[in-house]
Amino acid sequence: MSDEVASREELLKTIDYVPAKQDLYKPNLEFRPGTWNYPANPKKAELVDLPYPREWNPTDLDWKLPENWKEIILKGMEERLDRYRSLRVYLDICVRCGACADKCHFYLGSGDPKNMPVARTELMRSIYRRYFTVGGKLLGGAAGGRELTEDVLKEWFYYYYQCTECRRCSVFCPYGIDTCEITMMGRELLNLVGIGINWIVEPLSNCFRTGNHLGIQPHAFADTVEFAMDDVEEITGVKVNVPMNKKGAEILFVTPSADYFAQPHWYTFLGYMMLFHELDLDYTMSSYASEGGNFGLFHSAEMMKRLNNKIYAEAQRLGVKWILGGECGHMWRVIHQYMDTINGPADFLEVPKSPITGTVFENAKATKMTHISEFTADLIKNNKLKLDPSRNDQWKITYHDSCNPARAMGLFEEPRYIINNVANNFYEMPENTIREKTFCCGSGSGLGTDENLEMRLRGGLPRGNAVKYVKERHGVNILTCMCAIDKATLPAVVDYWVGDVEIGGIHELVGNALIMKDEQKPRTTDLRGDPLPGVEGSEEGGE
Amino acid sequence: MSTLFGVILPYAAIAIFILGMLYKVIKWGKSAVPFRIPTTCAQEETLPWIKRKPHEKLDNPSNNLAVVGRMLLEVLIFRSLWRNTRAEVKADSQKLIYSGSKFLWLFGLLFHWSLLVILIRHCRLFFEPVPWILDVVENIDGMLEIMIPTLYLTDIAILLAVTYLFIRRVVFSQLRYISLPADYFALLLIGGVAVTGVLLRIFFHTDVEAVKELAMSVLRFSPEVPDQSISWLFYFHLAMVCTLLAYFPFSKMMHAGGIFFSPTRNMANTNRVKRHVNPWDYPVKLHPYHEYEEEFHDKMKQAGLPLEKE
Ligand code: HEM
Ligand code: SF4
Ligand code: SF4
Repeated sequence: MSDEVASREELLKTIDYVPAKQDLYKPNLEFRPGTWNYPANPKKAELVDLPYPREWNPTDLDWKLPENWKEIILKGMEERLDRYRSLRVYLDICVRCGACADKCHFYLGSGDPKNMPVARTELMRSIYRRYFTVGGKLLGGAAGGRELTEDVLKEWFYYYYQCTECRRCSVFCPYGIDTCEITMMGRELLNLVGIGINWIVEPLSNCFRTGNHLGIQPHAFADTVEFAMDDVEEITGVKVNVPMNKKGAEILFVTPSADYFAQPHWYTFLGYMMLFHELDLDYTMSSYASEGGNFGLFHSAEMMKRLNNKIYAEAQRLGVKWILGGECGHMWRVIHQYMDTINGPADFLEVPKSPITGTVFENAKATKMTHISEFTADLIKNNKLKLDPSRNDQWKITYHDSCNPARAMGLFEEPRYIINNVANNFYEMPENTIREKTFCCGSGSGLGTDENLEMRLRGGLPRGNAVKYVKERHGVNILTCMCAIDKATLPAVVDYWVGDVEIGGIHELVGNALIMKDEQKPRTTDLRGDPLPGVEGSEEGGE
Repeated sequence: MSTLFGVILPYAAIAIFILGMLYKVIKWGKSAVPFRIPTTCAQEETLPWIKRKPHEKLDNPSNNLAVVGRMLLEVLIFRSLWRNTRAEVKADSQKLIYSGSKFLWLFGLLFHWSLLVILIRHCRLFFEPVPWILDVVENIDGMLEIMIPTLYLTDIAILLAVTYLFIRRVVFSQLRYISLPADYFALLLIGGVAVTGVLLRIFFHTDVEAVKELAMSVLRFSPEVPDQSISWLFYFHLAMVCTLLAYFPFSKMMHAGGIFFSPTRNMANTNRVKRHVNPWDYPVKLHPYHEYEEEFHDKMKQAGLPLEKE
């Protein structure tokens, strides 16, 4: 990594919040390596019928746009102005007070003034003024209007893929202007003329066909779940079983595919399996709906709907009563904010009810899908789990609120309640960096690629900085989170800005602490296979 | 001349203001709200034993009453602006530091509240007899009789606030970068109205009775322009007000109406509780299970996964 990106000291020196360039409306066409993502593979785009699939490259002069690209974009804008009140109102009412400016992690990490949310929106607002308002049509530049040129489009590409749709700006804006909404529209418009990035198009294309982003086919899915069962057996001596595509189960469990295919998600996956086994839960996973995540969200409302459809469809086919969702960020944005609207109503399901505690999850009355942290917190509150928090004593824990469950849902207390019950050492990061003010990992919304590493690390600066603070103060050695993208991308961010801090999930901690009925002998390792404190072979803790 | 500035201009400005406002509000209203997208700034309502503090119930409203509360806080005391911080990067100690920054909030509130009180005070020009409530407002505002005639508190406040808001745009480089001509124009216009207003009160007295006669006659749709007693400075003041009115619906000042239309603030977070319908929803191309099973039939069979068709 370090041979591509400058050292942390060097990088910090490049950040200056005094804007060097003084012209907001002059397109910036500097496509520096490390700050953008590769374009979509045309074959993958074709598989899901995306318009104008082609080979092109952001650093080329010619982006091979369709001849009538301008018409397409303007027509697309007109349509969306009528379809999204957020777009129309937010383009109209910003007063440029600047309250949002230094709230964006990409601005904080890059100092690039166009990464101020207000500027990011102004890139589109100037076009709106020029083509859709009287003042702009008459006065043009004097009224803040700007001609739509290819250069503007290129700049859109650059900056709408330097926004992780995290909504932090929206918390601070006095009118709630959500630059995420603008970015979403910007990306939809770019996609209309065949400009998209591969790390979004390929996963969604895979997901459409195989049921998950990684393109894992059903037999491989079954295999990997089997590996996980073996892992659980090795650590706990307990043989667990994960039902798959089982008709008539009570609950359909859906989780992001990274949980069963990537590190450190894996340990969280083991945690779920142990928990479900211990509860003797009547559940099933599905190979067809084997993805909780939804990269369609990062592409367009239509694509999001196409992918999300599988969850309800599969719940109906299998005849389950309700759906339980694993740890993920943007997945929960889709489920909480969109699923019922785009693919509901799920009349064929029942309001989720915990078979163990009898609690009815009234807060999921319409959508019929409950978050695993709500489910587990309820179990703990009702004393249904036997827990040994000391089995997490190897960890000094902090918790990262993922943007989506934080600002598009409000899921703050459940994970904290769980952590405090399954572990002994929990330390919060500073107030300005958690809960609704949490900072993005810097790699969300499909930007978590290797080629974009510099920008990701820059965007990860505020989070890294906060982790460093609790590490220095309390010796924190694990950053927990409930998001598959966080788990995949925070390791690089934390390595770079802090060092020696692991990334983990909440149900990994649950799995560690969970005392299972069927366990014959005391555990010697945690779910990572590392010796537990106080057990022979461990470095025998002590402060 | 005085007919132009005293009658024609105000009528034109008011007409443009009303029509422009209607136009904008109808445009916004006609634009759909396909999804429910409140920005959730506190714990959501979930399990009954997870207790929420009163402000959390407003920052993440779970019903329409709470939304009204949230909205009131935004409009009356600029709740979100209160959160404002300022970030600084310290390259040598490798730290990013946030400090509270309440000046914008403070001067923003001063500015808007003075504007409102001044507007209310001006209502006396349109009523005969003057409602008692206007006297009350005026007396409170005039508590501090610094000079004679009364210099109102709000006059001082608005001049201070406009000055601060203008200076910050010029001095802070981030703000300079995002400021457009329209941003300076709005402040200069409002500042200009305020300055000429204060001048009229203190230094260049005009015949207020005559102004009131004019105002009321305009309101009755039978305008009568009084003879010479109204000063040119008044007409200048009035012309700026008219410009402000006519410009208002087409400017960023429409945030006054727009804030009520902001979906991240005016919707309750009942997302999983109540169905929200997208009015323009349309069918999309799907990949149904049977197609999936068809493609992967053999592999699924080998892996022992249950099948619809053996
Ligand atoms: C519902 C009523 C209103 C609310 C909630 C509101 C709220 C706000 C807020 C929060 C700001 C940003 C902070 C600041 O600069 O003060 C602002 C700015 C501004 N408001 Fe309002 N406002 C309202 C009505 C009005 C009206 C009626 C006018 C004009 C006649 C107005 C003129 C302005 C101007 C010119 C600015 C920009 C100040 C600058 O450039 O720094 N507002 N408003
Ligand atoms: S905080 Fe809101 S009104 Fe202020 S500049 Fe940002 S988007 Fe515009
Ligand atoms: S949504 Fe997040 S990434 Fe995008 S502009 Fe706002 S703060 Fe920045």
